[in-house]
Amino acid sequence: MVHAAGLGLSMYILWLLLSGHYVALLLSLGAISCAFIVWIMHRMDTIDHESFPLHMTPRGLGYFPWLVWEIVKSNWSVAKIILSPGLPISPTMVTVKATQRTDVGRVTYANSITLTPGTLSVHMEGDEIVVHGITRDGAESLKDGDMDRRVSRLEGFVR
Amino acid sequence: MMFAVATAAILVTMALALVRAWKGPSVWDRILAANMIGTKTVLLIAVFGFLTGRPEWGDIALAYALINFIGVIAVMKFFRYQGFNLPTVDPDERGDI
Amino acid sequence: MDLDLLLDGLSWALLLIGSAFAIVGGIGLLRMPDVYTRMHAASLTDTMAPMCILGGLMIQGGFTLVSAKLVIILLFLLFTSPVAAHALSAAALAQGHKPLLARPDGGMELKEVDMPLTEDAEPGK
Repeated sequence: MVHAAGLGLSMYILWLLLSGHYVALLLSLGAISCAFIVWIMHRMDTIDHESFPLHMTPRGLGYFPWLVWEIVKSNWSVAKIILSPGLPISPTMVTVKATQRTDVGRVTYANSITLTPGTLSVHMEGDEIVVHGITRDGAESLKDGDMDRRVSRLEGFVR
Repeated sequence: MMFAVATAAILVTMALALVRAWKGPSVWDRILAANMIGTKTVLLIAVFGFLTGRPEWGDIALAYALINFIGVIAVMKFFRYQGFNLPTVDPDERGDI
Repeated sequence: MDLDLLLDGLSWALLLIGSAFAIVGGIGLLRMPDVYTRMHAASLTDTMAPMCILGGLMIQGGFTLVSAKLVIILLFLLFTSPVAAHALSAAALAQGHKPLLARPDGGMELKEVDMPLTEDAEPGK
């Protein structure tokens, strides 16, 4: 129920942001279509903690600034590699463990790995992610599991 | 002025990606370059709206971002399975794009 | 007045940094030796360039609906670009496109990678 209400509310906020015309007719049309979609999703039984990960929101606010800072740092190092004349790359494939308990958490972790340049999650099997790194050091540094731990913390406790 | 510089830089990047799409060698290189051109187009539309004093073009950029993502995924699926009619409904295949 | 000047300078800097990273990514796309390494160069233009360029535009747009739309575009790009990159690399690997991997002695070679994925790409024919 909380998830349905949150989903409807966030869709309505998106509608308000995208429309920009605040007259009674459009506001009511938006409310009707949001309610209709929530009803359809309720019938399909897809409203749960997976389609709308409400439990991640408060901790996510702390995680995303850290992730952006990681992205900036690794962008800088990859830009240096590209611009140095010798092209000092040593492409490596490593397998890292994902310790998250839910699918949402694992997907968040894999996407975070891909989002930071220099590491790219290629394949996922169970709780193991195959990562392609542009340098050996960059790929190996994932194994300390700093990002893994942060995503696990983000996941918190579900059910 | 600054929007003109950013527009020029984005156009240069698109030209570089176009060279990669031309040279290939594999189909994946070309899809990668096409994806990059698509992402840059989103930025180009947004910056160009500001350049011409009509920042409402952000709506168009948003729509283009949506279309670009779907298009790239569709092309990838086509080249991976040699067609669109393959194992989407098989429960074992779920979660595999 | 002073604040306006500061904000203008900040958005100038962000736009220039974003443009520089976009061009560097484009150069990397041409310089890298194979698909998987090129993908790292492309992710440069998929993360840093949108963040900086759209950030600079947001400062210009001020606290308006235009900026809100730019935030939505940025979030959308940041959520979809890793999905596209992962799908591309997984599809390339499943089709048997060999990655160029480093040897311990410093050279590089094309290597077969054992992946459970390679079987399920078979039924495509």
